[in-house]
Amino acid sequence: MKQYISVTATFDADGNIVPLFINWDDGRRFPIDRVTDIRYAASLKAGGAGIRYTCRIQSHEKYLFLEENRWFIENEKAG
Amino acid sequence: MRTILHSDCNGFYASVECLYNPDIRDKPVAVGGDAEKRHGIILAKNEIAKAYHIKTGEAIWQARQKCPHLVVVRPHFERYMRFSRLCRRIYSDYTDRIENFGLDEAWLDVSGNDADGESIAQEIRERVKAELGITVSIGVSFNKIFAKLGSDYKKPDAVTVISKENYRDIVWSLPVEDLLYVGRSTKKKLNRLGVNTIGELAAFPLPALRSNFGKWGDILHTFSNGYDASPVMYADESSAIKSIGNSTTAIRDLESDEDVKMIFMVLCDSVCRRLREQGAKAGLVAIYVRDKELLSFTRQHKLSSPTDITEEILDTAMELFRANYGWEKAIRSVGVSVGELLPAGSPVQLTLLCDEHRRERQERLDRSLDMLKHRFGSFCVRQATLMKDPALSAFSPKEEHVIHPVGYF
Repeated sequence: MKQYISVTATFDADGNIVPLFINWDDGRRFPIDRVTDIRYAASLKAGGAGIRYTCRIQSHEKYLFLEENRWFIENEKAG
Repeated sequence: MRTILHSDCNGFYASVECLYNPDIRDKPVAVGGDAEKRHGIILAKNEIAKAYHIKTGEAIWQARQKCPHLVVVRPHFERYMRFSRLCRRIYSDYTDRIENFGLDEAWLDVSGNDADGESIAQEIRERVKAELGITVSIGVSFNKIFAKLGSDYKKPDAVTVISKENYRDIVWSLPVEDLLYVGRSTKKKLNRLGVNTIGELAAFPLPALRSNFGKWGDILHTFSNGYDASPVMYADESSAIKSIGNSTTAIRDLESDEDVKMIFMVLCDSVCRRLREQGAKAGLVAIYVRDKELLSFTRQHKLSSPTDITEEILDTAMELFRANYGWEKAIRSVGVSVGELLPAGSPVQLTLLCDEHRRERQERLDRSLDMLKHRFGSFCVRQATLMKDPALSAFSPKEEHVIHPVGYF
């Protein structure tokens, strides 16, 4: 099931959007340690398409998608 | 020699819906209109539904007879517009000569590119799949017509090259109706002349084609022989509007001139408001009529002087209708469009017999009504005639989401 999530991000001086934190519904907040790749991509698992950020979060690799102006994360359970 | 690509998104609406609903991806899926408003036809289907011989344009209940477990989903036009834009973004990495043909098709002129046409096509095909999650089939050729045939030749998710070397083998054996603009009646006429394949059309003597089809004879000859030299329009040129039109399927069958006039009134109101928004006047009015047996025709009339006055366009549409319809059958859908657009400020030849004062008053009236409708919505001021059947006339094509198809010429 695709779920949009709250993300804290910054705009850098060149206008690029860089996600910093994922804010979970229950109040937990996960820092994004590193973004290793940014590209346009479709998410077949969650169902959508946008800009895909490959993120390292607590030594896990996660795909974070920016679709228009909303963020969603690929959920492994759905796959 | 030019290198032209024609890219066609396979089962576009259905593919986008399947991307957004992972649960239905392995099921036969069709996108259908609203059955309650009598728009219950199939707009698109996925590959699985295609295997059940479900056809675009047939009624949802007919499709269900062929495939009882068909999943029918409602359309999301804003999604399709977005995906159309995203496709164009990919195309624009290879050329600025991109001509859209509807939301799901586009021609690209990649002549003069370092890479050859086939590798560009393969790269685009891969990128659309990875970046957008839908598939395209692409035809590569030396003219637009053969490129389009190429994109239909093998699908989904495929590239077909039609070169000067192989076009006789590939194109000429195809049935003549595969050619762009050979519709039902042209096909019938050609078949009667013994022309069944595109190759037979190409070999048919041009004078005989001309005597049967007039100027279309030349076009058929040009298309079938691969002589088409029409350019792919530049990105910013394609936005120039050539015509404005609206059509609708009424909530019940239309049975009299009065019914048709009510629908035309609503359609003309939308068409003329859009015309005036563009700051244009029209030199041509066309109508479209489809009866309840689904047979349709179009008729057009050139205006003696260009106009943006709603009343004049409505009168012309009604005259066209009365002159061309004998009411053998009730009518299901009608449409009105205007063409030969000119900037509204163009010099106009006045005529002695026409009351220009009255026309000016009409124009001022239209402008005032436009302002009111802009502020308070399409339903704030309406003709009293429309109140005779409020349910029939209760639609507003200008605000409702309508995708306007375009022509090749």
